[in-house]
Amino acid sequence: MNLIPWQRAGLTAWSGLEGLSSLRSEIDRLFEAPLGELARSSHFLSGSAPALDVSEDKDNFVVKVELPGMKKEDINVSLHDGSLSISGERKSEKKWEDAQVYRAERFLGRFQRTVALPAAVAADKIKGQYKDGILTVTLPKAEEAKPKQIDVQVN
Amino acid sequence: MQTTVEKNQTANRPVREEYIAPNVNIFETQEGYVLEAEMPGVTKEGLEITLEGTEITITGRRHPETAVGETLFRERNTADYRRVFELDPAIDTTKVSAKIEQGVLTVTLPKSERVKPRKIKVD
Repeated sequence: MNLIPWQRAGLTAWSGLEGLSSLRSEIDRLFEAPLGELARSSHFLSGSAPALDVSEDKDNFVVKVELPGMKKEDINVSLHDGSLSISGERKSEKKWEDAQVYRAERFLGRFQRTVALPAAVAADKIKGQYKDGILTVTLPKAEEAKPKQIDVQVN
Repeated sequence: MQTTVEKNQTANRPVREEYIAPNVNIFETQEGYVLEAEMPGVTKEGLEITLEGTEITITGRRHPETAVGETLFRERNTADYRRVFELDPAIDTTKVSAKIEQGVLTVTLPKSERVKPRKIKVD
């Protein structure tokens, strides 16, 4: 009996190291041109993804996001399948259309952050507050996710 | 001996020297310049703006936040903000005004009357 596995001819065309090196140069080229340009702009990592903190106590998860200079109505907070999404858009201001721009470091446009919550939350009791450019979302834990103390009678 | 004691006292005082530079937008119009700086977490009380010669320094100290339980994830920087800018000599430094709204500081720097463009009436 022949135990060598049968392979279709077309699939065995192993180009060896030659193919690997062309893949490598392809990756190098990718990083040199468009990504290099992106990484140099300050918005690549920070701008479109506002900084976010998550903390937890016995009853709540608290998510804080830095969103300076937004209008409340331009911020959207939603919960979907145990993930909290914070998104919005900062629009350019009309009054500076004719002005000479010396520096434009502030992020403009759409942003979104999503956080997978480590436990179930009471969706109907989530509260949001926007103050001093910081959005604070308080998510009360669902009853079943809270730590419980059970007194066991030991005889 | 006295000097040594004094020196130690100075050393014990908490001095925060780490700052982060806020992101800014600067616009120029015929009236003057407008500087917007992002300082989330800073209120009016934490702001300090100083004009010295042709330099403006903006410093923003964060309002202390009450820590909630245990931190699961942290990206936000807790350092205060500071940045220095060189001013156009055309700015009338006596008329500089500032306000802060939702963590964005706006400094209005009007040009002095003599450099503003104006129309001359022909008699």
